[in-house]
Parts: sequence; structure tokens; C-alpha cells
Amino acid sequence: MTIRVKFFASLREQVGISEQEIASDGVNTVEDVWTVSTDSMVMPANVLMAINMEYVEAGSHVVDGNEVAFFPPVTGG
Amino acid sequence: MHIEIRSEHFSAWECLATYEQEQAAQLHGKYGATAVFVGTMRDFNEGDDVAVMTLEHYPGMTEGYLKRICEEAESRWQIQDSLVIHRVGDVHPSDAIVLVAVWSAHRADAFDASRYLMEELKSRAPFWKKEQLAQGDERWVEKNTADPGAAGLGKDI
Repeated sequence: MTIRVKFFASLREQVGISEQEIASDGVNTVEDVWTVSTDSMVMPANVLMAINMEYVEAGSHVVDGNEVAFFPPVTGG
Repeated sequence: MHIEIRSEHFSAWECLATYEQEQAAQLHGKYGATAVFVGTMRDFNEGDDVAVMTLEHYPGMTEGYLKRICEEAESRWQIQDSLVIHRVGDVHPSDAIVLVAVWSAHRADAFDASRYLMEELKSRAPFWKKEQLAQGDERWVEKNTADPGAAGLGKDI
């Protein structure tokens, strides 16, 4: 009954976590995942989010077994 | 369609030549236009000298979005094939970061589809760059220069 959480790039450095698993009990949205993982750190306005490698919004619903990722604006190419 | 993430230095032109040989069996004589874009590392950014750049990505999601972007281009333009190769890891000035190539019957589709691939890659593919400046400081690149509306392509997928 867990959710895998990943942070990338500057956000990984700010939060101090690359990857972790959190209990899914009481976690309903991506925003809830952020709150639990970061110990209620304020979410930067420009943060991007994904569930199972698909872009989503903060209010998107998460379920047991999901992989949730947080990262800053992308800068490839 | 071919998508590849590379962690070692690559020659865009050698990759292109090799790929064209491999696709020859299927596409020989079928296309009249090849548009190629190669993005390379500059030794300057935001007014500072840059010594090394480290590219990070989200394995799995990156490939998924690159594939999706190529599929979108295939559905929107008449193209025969597309190729995207992108570096991760440490890159140095003049190293290739990205190679995008599109093959089509006529030039307009190749030009427009390749521009689309690049702009959408910059908008959506989860890559990040960290610069190591010549003076030794490190900083994340924060400015996203993607221009989805470039060349009047719009976003109406």
C-alpha cells in the first residue's frame, strides 16, 4: 500500500530526496503526496507533476501503486 | 521512427549516416526531403563562460514523450520517418546535445515537422541542464526557450 515518489533536478536538491516510498493511506491527490514527502514544504508555483510518467495537475487523484514525480520546468534540447 | 537517449558523446553526422543506411531497405527512393537539426553545447550562457553541462532526465517518461511527439508529427504531416537522439550526462562545448531528423516526400513537411519535434521536445520532454561555469560555480538552467507557436505551427493537436 505505497506510492513511489521521485524528485528531479533542482527540486531534488531543494527537497533533499531523489526517490522514496510513502504509505498511500490518507493520500488522495498529487498535492497530498507532495505534502507528505516534503514534510509540508511550500510547493513552488512552477513545479511540474506526473503520475506514472504522464503530466498531471496538483489536484489529480492518486491510487496505491502509482509513481508520482515532481520536477522543475524542463530544459532539454 | 527511432528514439534514443545516449549517455556518451556521439557524432550527429555519423549517427545520421548509419541510420540512413539502416533505413535504406524500407525508404530507398521514397523521400525527397531530409530536414536535420543538431543542437550543440555553447561555451557561454546568460553572459557567463560555461565549462561543462550535465544533462539529467526522467528515464521512461522521456522516451514516452519523445515517442508521443514523433507520433503527433506523423499524424500531422506527411512524413516517412523521424529520428531523435538526445544526450544525457556530462557534455562539453561543441558536443552534440540533440539530433532531430525528418524524412518526407517534400520539403515543407520535413521543415515543419522537424521544427515541431524540437519545440515540443523543449516544451515537454523531461530533461534538465546544470551548468558548471568556468569560474567553478554550478547552476541549473531555468529558462525554457521552447516556442510551440514557432513558424505558425500552433498547438492545435
